Amino acid sequence: MSAVIDTHGHADHDGHGYQPSGLMRWVTTTNHKDIGTMYLWFSFTMLLLGGVLALTLRLELFRPGIQIVNPEFFNQLTTMHGLIMVFGAIMPAFVGFANWQIPMMIGAPDMAFARMNNWSFWLLPVAASLLVISFFVPGGAPAAGWTIYAPLSTQMGPGMDLGIFALHIMGASSIMGSINIVTTILNMRAPGMTLMKMPMFVWTWLITAYLLIAVMPVLAGAITMVLADRHFGTSFFNAAGGGDPVMFQHIFWFFGHPEVYIMILPAFGIISQVIPTFARKPLFGYASMVYATSSIAILSFIVWAHHMFTVGMPTAGLLFFMYATMLIAVPTGVKVFNWLATMWKGSMTFETPMLFAVGFIFVFTMGGFTGLMLAIMPVDVQLQDTYYVVAHFHYVLVAGSLYAIFAGTYFWIPKWTGRMYDETLGEWHFWLSLVFFNITFFPMHFLGLAGMPRRIPDYASQFTEFNQIATVGAFGFGLSQLLFLYIVLKVSVFAKGEKAPAKPWEGADTLEWTHLPSPAPYHSFHEAPEVK
Amino acid sequence: MNNKLGRLTGGLLLALYAELASAAYQLNFQAPVTRIASEIYDLHMLMMYVILVIFCVVFGVMFYSIYAHRKSVGHKAEQFHENTTVEIIWTVIPFLILIGMAWPATKTLIAFKDTANPDLTIKATGYQWKWGYDYIKGEGEGVAFLSALSTPQDQIHNQKPKGENYLLEVDNPLVVPVGKKVRILTTANDVIHSFWVPAFGIKQDAIPGFVRDTWFKADKEGTYRGQCAELCGKDHGFMPIVVEVVSAEKYTQWVAEQKKKTAAAAEDPNKQWTAGELIAKGEKVYAASCAACHQPTGKGLPPAFPALDGSKIATGDKNAHIDIVLNGKTGTAMTAFGKQLSDTDIAAVITYERNAWGNKKGDAVQPAEVKAARK
Repeated sequence: MSAVIDTHGHADHDGHGYQPSGLMRWVTTTNHKDIGTMYLWFSFTMLLLGGVLALTLRLELFRPGIQIVNPEFFNQLTTMHGLIMVFGAIMPAFVGFANWQIPMMIGAPDMAFARMNNWSFWLLPVAASLLVISFFVPGGAPAAGWTIYAPLSTQMGPGMDLGIFALHIMGASSIMGSINIVTTILNMRAPGMTLMKMPMFVWTWLITAYLLIAVMPVLAGAITMVLADRHFGTSFFNAAGGGDPVMFQHIFWFFGHPEVYIMILPAFGIISQVIPTFARKPLFGYASMVYATSSIAILSFIVWAHHMFTVGMPTAGLLFFMYATMLIAVPTGVKVFNWLATMWKGSMTFETPMLFAVGFIFVFTMGGFTGLMLAIMPVDVQLQDTYYVVAHFHYVLVAGSLYAIFAGTYFWIPKWTGRMYDETLGEWHFWLSLVFFNITFFPMHFLGLAGMPRRIPDYASQFTEFNQIATVGAFGFGLSQLLFLYIVLKVSVFAKGEKAPAKPWEGADTLEWTHLPSPAPYHSFHEAPEVK
Repeated sequence: MNNKLGRLTGGLLLALYAELASAAYQLNFQAPVTRIASEIYDLHMLMMYVILVIFCVVFGVMFYSIYAHRKSVGHKAEQFHENTTVEIIWTVIPFLILIGMAWPATKTLIAFKDTANPDLTIKATGYQWKWGYDYIKGEGEGVAFLSALSTPQDQIHNQKPKGENYLLEVDNPLVVPVGKKVRILTTANDVIHSFWVPAFGIKQDAIPGFVRDTWFKADKEGTYRGQCAELCGKDHGFMPIVVEVVSAEKYTQWVAEQKKKTAAAAEDPNKQWTAGELIAKGEKVYAASCAACHQPTGKGLPPAFPALDGSKIATGDKNAHIDIVLNGKTGTAMTAFGKQLSDTDIAAVITYERNAWGNKKGDAVQPAEVKAARK
């Protein structure tokens, strides 16, 4: 953000003098703060783009009948909404946080591989362009759902190939970013900062990075096989040639389930920074948080087939995946209890980051409850591929991941820009988001229970009322995010608002607050701080 | 003026209220009509009660803390950050609750998977975008038909008011006897579909090239409606499943009717048809099997679904035309209709396509030619 430029001149004392300005600064930068900023703006742009697609869907679903988009285009919209939100908005946003925060929180001068960092970021706009271009090729964008199940995905036009290449590129970007994060955390911590003294956010990202390195190649494998089936006459997923369509689902979800945790673990990290700060009390059960996060990560590799309870598996397989999935409730519960115990007997204040963090716990836990419901295989049979599932994963991805991203942004933006955001507007943003989120997604539970399948452009008349409520809520939620854009633009690009002190939050105790001024200088921690 | 505004607002509010009051806000599963479905219903309710209790306890604690432990009410922060006993307790209790949930779930799951000893076995085949039913074993063996959406296009496109069972109605429903164990084998012709009847508590994916199974035993006569539950392309939202559960006598009667119909419809493949007959029959086949993609106007939805009006194949060599309809085109949504349609139907629809819209080939394809091309 632009405030960073002002501090550049006097913070830079040791021969890193040459620095292009204007656009070239951003193209060539190897600075973790610049790259973090670019990741965050990129992901916000994708959030708005994915949001516009979602609102188009909701508009079509406002009443039964085909109104504004035809069924073929509707499928393209659902698919692209999913791909853009998962790979374009949520994941890059967390990498943006990692870039800004990890070096500052462990007392490192920058990321370990500064040039590779630049490359990881600049792959993303390329991938995003491929996705957007796919709308304009013959046959349109991929329309097989974000899960691109074969053999439906082998039926699509060239848009699917563009989608596959985009996923390959984003996967490469994620893997490089993860290697960078792991190396930085393991090798560049300030003296005295043992692993078990790291801030929780750093811990969750370390685990997330390992998950990414483990599963992105699996996704790449799955989509490469689809590509080969499409063009090179192979039959990985074609029964007529000896393949098996269900194998695609096994491979995809072996990636897909850890992916779900890739999108939530850094969120847990942010919440674990925010709650203790505003409760003015240390995080309860630090060690058990680390163990719980690791157990969730390990369990994530053995539960994938709960996404496939209806494909027809042997009884023993169903039982195994049902029990393993239910087990995840234990470490997840531990995390929620730890946050509550951190709040308990604290001295709490409720600035916007804390509001979003408490909102996160409240709404994310509801997503956890529906997750438990879906783990029960016989109940899942009724709910699989219905709006209940849509409600469930939006409760954990929007009210979970996205709320944590908001909490983190409000929390750290004084450090990033040197300005305090507008507290009143921030609180408005929280309440509007919370209310409209629930208006949008709560009725979807009922739709799913009553039997409305997901990914349909038109529905039977008895589902009308709840769909109308959801559409109204969706527009409210979407428009509320423009308020967030305004709040951020004001302190970053326009550099308006009250100047932030080095430590604006009374309870903050990590290195970026205690050792660095606000805004953080362009180059920080040339000399490593001493951690006791 | 003010009065008018008041009356207008009042009227609007009244209309809104009437709308809300008349609306069907269904909050739970559909009423179950099989043992499995009612077990699922009970499992869901049991879980909901447990969840509700946990919700109240956890958030009771949270909101009490938010109320009492605020800086603005002068609460001072304590600095504890560990308590092994508490941590063990809140790991073990959820674990015990989970075991309590797993027990009934396991029992239902095992019953759900028990497809042994059915009275009637029916194969359900998913096509883009309709279902095909083959009665394989038990009373009615040999009965086979296709079942497609019967909601007219003008209702979907908002040109006519929507009917009572909008999008949940088919031309030929699946008919089964009440109180009999029916095993459904699922498979698919093109992409993955999913056979779902909520009132029966069954959902089973239909996978091309593989056969999976599920079962139900309906306890109550009636008409039950479901939909395809796995994204299967353009008309995924338009391939409902309707099951009519009837008494044993009615079922026997129905089977007899079906057999008679099949016998009457059995055509001599060597019969020579006139072009007029073929075109008339072909128009019906086209509307049922082709119009969803290639459109009633023959203009298609290019580029995914090409136009037939003026197309190279429909105005070119007869044999190429027969080949693509029989065998489909790999890598596209064009299905191999050889597996779905009879020789006569294929001959008729090809003849129709070559002589409809702007296509004026004037030739006709005889069923015998299609039969020959199958080899």
